Amino acid sequence: MVPMGRLARAGPALGGAALARAARLLRVPRGGGRPGADGDAAAPARWEVVTVDRPPEQVLPDGRWPEPLGRLDGAIEVRVRPAPGDRGTELAARPLAGVTPPTGLAAHLVGDDPALLVRRTLRQVKQRVETGEVLRADRSALDRPEVPG
Amino acid sequence: MRALCWVAAGELGVREVPDPELRNERDVIVRVRRSATSGGDLPLLSGRHPLLRAGDVLGAEFLGEVVEVGPGVRRHRVGDRVVVGASVACGGCWYCRQGRHSCCDNAHADLASADPDWARSDVGCFGRPRAAGGFAGGHAEYVRVPYADVSAFRVPDGVDDDRAVFAADAAPSGWLAAEVGAVRPGDVVAIWGAGAVGQLTAWAAVRRGATRVLIVDRYEERLRMAERHCAAEPLDYRRDDIAAELRDRSGGRGPDVCVVAVGAPPTRSVADRFGGQHADRPDALREAVHACRKSGMVVVLGGTAGFVDAFPLGALTERRLTLHGAGRPDLRDVPMLLDRMARDELRTEHLATHRLPLARGPEGYALFRDRADGCVRAVFTP
Repeated sequence: MVPMGRLARAGPALGGAALARAARLLRVPRGGGRPGADGDAAAPARWEVVTVDRPPEQVLPDGRWPEPLGRLDGAIEVRVRPAPGDRGTELAARPLAGVTPPTGLAAHLVGDDPALLVRRTLRQVKQRVETGEVLRADRSALDRPEVPG
Repeated sequence: MRALCWVAAGELGVREVPDPELRNERDVIVRVRRSATSGGDLPLLSGRHPLLRAGDVLGAEFLGEVVEVGPGVRRHRVGDRVVVGASVACGGCWYCRQGRHSCCDNAHADLASADPDWARSDVGCFGRPRAAGGFAGGHAEYVRVPYADVSAFRVPDGVDDDRAVFAADAAPSGWLAAEVGAVRPGDVVAIWGAGAVGQLTAWAAVRRGATRVLIVDRYEERLRMAERHCAAEPLDYRRDDIAAELRDRSGGRGPDVCVVAVGAPPTRSVADRFGGQHADRPDALREAVHACRKSGMVVVLGGTAGFVDAFPLGALTERRLTLHGAGRPDLRDVPMLLDRMARDELRTEHLATHRLPLARGPEGYALFRDRADGCVRAVFTP
């Protein structure tokens, strides 16, 4: 992934309040953390990035993190910048160093790979901004009681 | 409701499945009136798709009547007769805004398992495994249509179901092939495969001004059909020297545009490939690359094998050919094609060689798969 500038480099497209809000890094008390690509537990996690086909002020209105990204408040850091070629906004996120991957029931629900959760959340943000909602799958026969035939 | 489901490798069955329901604000529920077999289904039938589950409902090409409308739908009402494009597309992402609905970024519902490559996901479409980003198909009594304002199109009153159903996939695929092939007046166009999409590619090429359209197949009835309905010159590869014929009929230059529309062979699985078995040799594609004129265009439509061996890359580069993939059509051409159907400029009923009740779906697919009894497309009525 091409390294992106931090949110503070997004320039005047974002207001000062937006920059301050979106660029914050939230500390999480527990130790541990996702190992980097080289297996070093202290290395920062890789950024996950998605391009949203809307300008930054629509992706982060008033500098607020869009839902469902806000649910990860305290567990991730976020960067944003205008995409080149008038293609909207590059929105990046990664787990904060020091965040312990979920365990137990939480791991069962969201998976034990924080990157996967970040990816899925970014895709949901993209869907919400571009289409107004998050697309839901058809219910399958396995999700519902058998219909007598 | 009843639906045609994948049951096991090589086995389909009409089963009782739960009715679909509105899941998003922009959904509609359609009561299916017609659904057609499609070449893209054939690899699924073999059971080699790793994500298929028993009970998955097939059918990418269908038409029906709107019976339920989500609160976010603006263009459709209960009672509308609509044809639904095979690609699920949101209409709001960068690709959709370029008219490339078949590359839509937001057509996946299962964002966790369907996107292992992260942002390189395939487009969602009907009648594909859920874990592959797909949605239940149209070989059913009812089907849910996401993003209905983008994906569903009202059928003009004068166009009957048997004609309009092919505006979902086959006709846009043919139009797309001619478009991405940049067919221009005076061109010679060669098409491999005289199935529904091949024939409709021939029709589109003629509409774009091609001087000659040559179509290659081995099924006599398909070749005659292409000649009669699409003004194509038939070539039977069992009898004719295809390379020589194409050269002769293009003044020695070779066709300007070559389109491979041969559908899907029973492809080997990924596991087979990594287990050491060789992939398929793309005979039609090889022939097209070798036949095409210098700096010409080769278009490969969907349904071909996932992996191929012995691709003539040297011929492609040395002769400066352009290779263009077109796996699934965009939606933007559907209204235009429906208009042409309404004006009798585009007639597709002849492609529905077998009209069957949905209960005989497995039989229809067997005919379609085996090209038996002159089958080009089997069309089902629930």
